[in-house]
Amino acid sequence: MTMLPPPSPKKLGLVIDLDICVGCHACAVACKEWNDGGQFGPLPDENAYGREPLGVWFNRVHSYEIEPAETTGPAMTVHFPRSCLHCETPDCVTVCPTGASYKRAEDGIVLVDADKCIGCQLCAWACPYGAREYSQERGTMQKCTLCVDRIYNETLSEYDRQPACVMACPTRARHFGDLGDAESKVSKLVAERGGYDLMPEMGYKPVNKYLPPRPRRDGCATQAAPAREEKVDLSTASPLLRWMDRILSR
Amino acid sequence: MHPALSVIFFTVASGSGYGLLFLLGLLLTIDPQSISGNEAIAAVALGGALAAAGLLSSMLHLGQPRRAWRAFSQWRSSWLSREGVAAALSFAPMLAVVWLEWRGDDAVLLRACGLLLAAGAALTVVCTAKIYATLKTIPAWHNAYVLPCYLLLGLLGGAAWAWALHAAYAPRVDVLPIAIAGLALASAWFKYAYWRHIDAKPAAATTESATGLGRFGSVRSVEAPHTEQNYLTREMGFALARKHARRLRAIGLMLIGVVPPLLAALACLAPAFGLPCAAAAVMSVAGGLFVERWLFFAEARHVVMLYYAAKTGTTQHA
Repeated sequence: MTMLPPPSPKKLGLVIDLDICVGCHACAVACKEWNDGGQFGPLPDENAYGREPLGVWFNRVHSYEIEPAETTGPAMTVHFPRSCLHCETPDCVTVCPTGASYKRAEDGIVLVDADKCIGCQLCAWACPYGAREYSQERGTMQKCTLCVDRIYNETLSEYDRQPACVMACPTRARHFGDLGDAESKVSKLVAERGGYDLMPEMGYKPVNKYLPPRPRRDGCATQAAPAREEKVDLSTASPLLRWMDRILSR
Repeated sequence: MHPALSVIFFTVASGSGYGLLFLLGLLLTIDPQSISGNEAIAAVALGGALAAAGLLSSMLHLGQPRRAWRAFSQWRSSWLSREGVAAALSFAPMLAVVWLEWRGDDAVLLRACGLLLAAGAALTVVCTAKIYATLKTIPAWHNAYVLPCYLLLGLLGGAAWAWALHAAYAPRVDVLPIAIAGLALASAWFKYAYWRHIDAKPAAATTESATGLGRFGSVRSVEAPHTEQNYLTREMGFALARKHARRLRAIGLMLIGVVPPLLAALACLAPAFGLPCAAAAVMSVAGGLFVERWLFFAEARHVVMLYYAAKTGTTQHA
């Protein structure tokens, strides 16, 4: 059923810390590894070792350079993992003509029923975040499941009941939890760090939140930092260094 | 957006087919005696064939065409599902009209079926337009011009076929060429207004709002997540031949808005050339619609490309 369920109190999702993400793509690779297990995993590749490989990935890690406005300070590099945000009011669900695309009433996870999907790709058109990738090989749409087969899997130890991308992150830039519960660790993190929504103007109300980079020690990302001039006070330097400076300054 | 030929052919053929069926339904509702039984049956056959060809073509676009029947289920939320339901339901009054015309009586029932046919045909094209017009992610489609453009262009395509059919059955000067000239001018004007609108429309979002990093300054992509193409860049990042958009727009406007009125005028001045003029109008309109529909997809930019730091929202011309 592609009508959206009534808002659930439980909103499972991710919090991604752009301050400490180093852009290593471990989340993307771990996701691929977990979800591509066997022939029926949701991440098929086409022509994987050929000239033009094409495959489905649920994490895509972009790298951006941010030129500070009206300052001469240094630019800032931000690594930016992009994945399904499991939105509260996503059009990718309501546009689906078959009921294959749905949002779970109990925890808000957005999933695709591969047995009902006709591969019309309208849901991918409706998603502003590029979360859905179509598999030509299968003829159906693929998307992040928030590792629904891990997080409720009682055969795994409790620590392992987290999405593979969260488990793999070497800098702990990814956090998984219930964003509907104001007392959860992830909700507190969002409140404390000013976590925000991507493209709020689309009105999809993403559940996943991004934590902004913290102010840099060099002043980038906070205020106008004056360009630093290199000045060396030679009067305090050793005679040897002063002599070398004289020689090299010729 | 990637202009898939199957979808372009679908919207052009079905749009014209349902346009023809709408006109027939309207005529039968107003005055069932004004059209011969044979001509009405031929019009249903032609309109139905165009609609069915379009629908079959749209199935080629599906990854799992054998499951297409499932698309009738989600009419409560999905315009694509509603389109499927409306398109399929319209075949019932088509069959009813054929049966009633074949029996040759019962003007009241014929009027009722004509009304149902017109309503079903109009509703189908409204649904087609709504599929595109409700996508907030594609600014070139998410605007008030898309629905009237689809309706007018469908009607023009149908009217051209109706003229050709009528010229074959009853070769005399009548109101159809004049109606086509008016429709052609109105369609071209609306399409021109649509292009003016999408060219001037501000971007729906920016790379800064897409990443939420605009507070720190201007955001530039320094490294893409992948070195090869992926589904997104192929489907949403289509850029090929966009640089020819200006010329293609002129060709489209010519074939839709200029050639059909000239042919209509020629047919009025020289009634003997009615059928060749009508046939030429059908081809001109079909060609114009194909160019217009190709541009509708190829010129549209998807906001997801902002993550790849490509400009979106408006169209660019070289």
